[in-house]
Amino acid sequence: MLKCRASWQKLAPLARSFTPWGRKPNVSKFKDSWGGVPTAQMSSNIPGRSSENMIYYLLVGGTFVGSGIYVYRHLQEDKARFNERMALVLKPVNEKPFTDSSIYDKSPVAKTEVSPVVEEQGPKPPEESAGAVTEELQKVSTEEAFKEHTEITTSSEPVSVEKNQQPEGAQEMTVVQARPEIPPHAPYLLIGGGTASFAAARSIRARDPGARVLIVTEEADLPYMRPPLSKELWFSDDPNVKETLRFKQWNGKERSIYFQPLSFYVSPQDLPYVENGGVAVLNGRKVVHMDARGNKVRLDDGSEISYEKCLVATGGTPRNLPSIERAGEEVNKRTTLFRKIEDFKSLETISRDVKSITIIGGGFLGSELACALGRRAQETSLEVNQIFPEMGNMGKILPEYLSNWTTEKVKKEGVNVMPDSVVKSVNYENGRLSIKLKDGRMVKTDHIVAAVGLEPNVELAKSGGLEVDSDFGGFRVNSELQARSNIWVAGDAACFYDIKLGRRRVEHHDHAVVSGRLAGENMTGANKPYWHQSMFWSDLGPYVGYEAIGIVDSSLPTVGVFAKATAKDTPKAATEESGTGIRSESETEATASGVGISTKAVSTLNTPQQGDDYGKGVIFYLRDKVIVGVILWNVFNRMPIARKIIKDGEEHADLNEVAKLFNIHDD
Amino acid sequence: MKWLNFVFILSLGKDKIIFVTKEDHETPSSAELIADDPNDPYEDHGLILPNGDINWNCPCLGGMASGPCGEQFKSAFSCFHYSKEEVKGSDCIEEFRTMQECMQRFPELYPQEEDEDPQSKDAVTPSSDTLLTDQQPAAS
Repeated sequence: MLKCRASWQKLAPLARSFTPWGRKPNVSKFKDSWGGVPTAQMSSNIPGRSSENMIYYLLVGGTFVGSGIYVYRHLQEDKARFNERMALVLKPVNEKPFTDSSIYDKSPVAKTEVSPVVEEQGPKPPEESAGAVTEELQKVSTEEAFKEHTEITTSSEPVSVEKNQQPEGAQEMTVVQARPEIPPHAPYLLIGGGTASFAAARSIRARDPGARVLIVTEEADLPYMRPPLSKELWFSDDPNVKETLRFKQWNGKERSIYFQPLSFYVSPQDLPYVENGGVAVLNGRKVVHMDARGNKVRLDDGSEISYEKCLVATGGTPRNLPSIERAGEEVNKRTTLFRKIEDFKSLETISRDVKSITIIGGGFLGSELACALGRRAQETSLEVNQIFPEMGNMGKILPEYLSNWTTEKVKKEGVNVMPDSVVKSVNYENGRLSIKLKDGRMVKTDHIVAAVGLEPNVELAKSGGLEVDSDFGGFRVNSELQARSNIWVAGDAACFYDIKLGRRRVEHHDHAVVSGRLAGENMTGANKPYWHQSMFWSDLGPYVGYEAIGIVDSSLPTVGVFAKATAKDTPKAATEESGTGIRSESETEATASGVGISTKAVSTLNTPQQGDDYGKGVIFYLRDKVIVGVILWNVFNRMPIARKIIKDGEEHADLNEVAKLFNIHDD
Repeated sequence: MKWLNFVFILSLGKDKIIFVTKEDHETPSSAELIADDPNDPYEDHGLILPNGDINWNCPCLGGMASGPCGEQFKSAFSCFHYSKEEVKGSDCIEEFRTMQECMQRFPELYPQEEDEDPQSKDAVTPSSDTLLTDQQPAAS
């Protein structure tokens, strides 16, 4: 630049002296250009003196040579830098290192300079391979130029480029064998490999073309769905169900509990390089530290992964009873805290080997497992007990009259139900467990299943600087499920603000799907609040089933509207009729119906029991006269209406009129 | 007729129970529901968004838009959606071929048992999907 300026300054007077305004011979060049009166002159600039001419030519020539040398030197430097980069980065020439094309994307100057360099240096041996690859890269970079780059993907590149320039550089080495097992950077990092995480991964991939999503999970399994673990899998005819983990839906179609088979996923090693991005699952690793400011996490093996957007979907860990925890190893060896695939496998085996199993807990999981084991008990001589402090099964969810009715049904499934019982202590005596209850009773059993609640996994709150909710537990997030910039939380671990129903934490499958999907949308820029109300369902035997939505807490005032049920009003009939294998909602979630194919005769649902007529109906849960929760009792495929009613949040004077909307008398 | 209902209303403290016969529910409901705003940005939409675009996040698509052949699927289906030809999608043969080629590489994910006519991709009805149905493409 300076050279140009200097040379121009030298040339300027010369230039001026050759303007049409004339030039006087024998006068200094400077004065001429300004002092001269424009007179008509010949425009052809024939210099008067040869020496001036010489100087002129020398100066101009010198300038050209000088700039030529400058450009050449600059090109050489660039070439050297380019070759160095190529050598560093491309060991086997087969790859198309995605991140490296970014070098060219970022600086237009560099891009244009690369082409002439390649052309010039093409034939030379050391650069031959480099040249060939460069052409590939050229193609890639031009492709990239045409592809829509979202902010996320383009901003990921500077980070990886920086890493390239570090002397360690090893991270970006594209020798396939030397690719790091754990990618150092993931644009989308999902902590936890459960339902919420998978739903988010799917949502991100749908909305961000070519997104690279890394799921980090402690578990050894790929993402799977939990409900069949306490329902369908127990009713399978397949003796190998423990291995296959497949179950038959009502439409006869079988499916696996895994959301997708292995071929759906990309390996974590290949994630940064694969052309259209993908979802990778890193199993058996736990995230132990989160640096929210630095946008990175640390795993239990010391590796660090940086991210741009992070989802915390760590779920929860089953709670244990203090009385069992302090009971010693022999007792704890014989206790299952049921949640994962391995718990299902072990309990399935145990249920064939022992004489008696006792389930502690009367909520969803406890009751479902009790019913599942109770059915199995009818084929074997297994004794199944269920102990819980409430007055009846689902005592915290169903109003008392319904909870009592449900308890009777569970008993009919072959379960020895013991309500109003609190465990005081558990001992291991003579090869069996003895459970001592607070009222003095003793229950002797061989194995215990504890289903007493879920503790949300909030260990990352401390390092990540994330807020934990003291009322509901879990990470506190806003309506958009965001905890801090770039960090979202979904699933069981999220205590979120529901615009309609207030702050809550929900531990259901559909909520994990809905919140995971929403978090994925918001991670790709949607900024939508939690709006689509999730639902849940439960089946207790083939003849009692319900779907529910909203806040369903038995401490709230309720209004139940019932009709007499016919044989057609059972979960089994509902799914057979609709032809889907699964009890489904219109466009959102499919829900699986409970129980296996049975040749059991239709139960006594047709004839009303004494005072006991809750065959089918709808129950409204009210808070300040507004409906905040609905249970559809043996009434199916009506969830959209219930969802609408809750969304409206209106006060209705006559709930019978609202109940009419559900047409409970139709099948 | 309404007074008949009162006979069957039980009140158990805070929990009310009403038994109704079919006749009781024959008259149309007087409960009012608020009309939905079709352009509500918060709502989940079906396959097609109010502005005419395809909602790739629709549960009805299952994993089609997010799997390894997601990009190919999106370009084929977009082409079809916006196709103005008389035989809709007839100008999208190339995209569908690319998509089929990709899907053939993942037979586990995209089972080939059905005779899928690429031209009938508009039969992606909002079936009860998502994370609980089987992996078959929604167009089945």
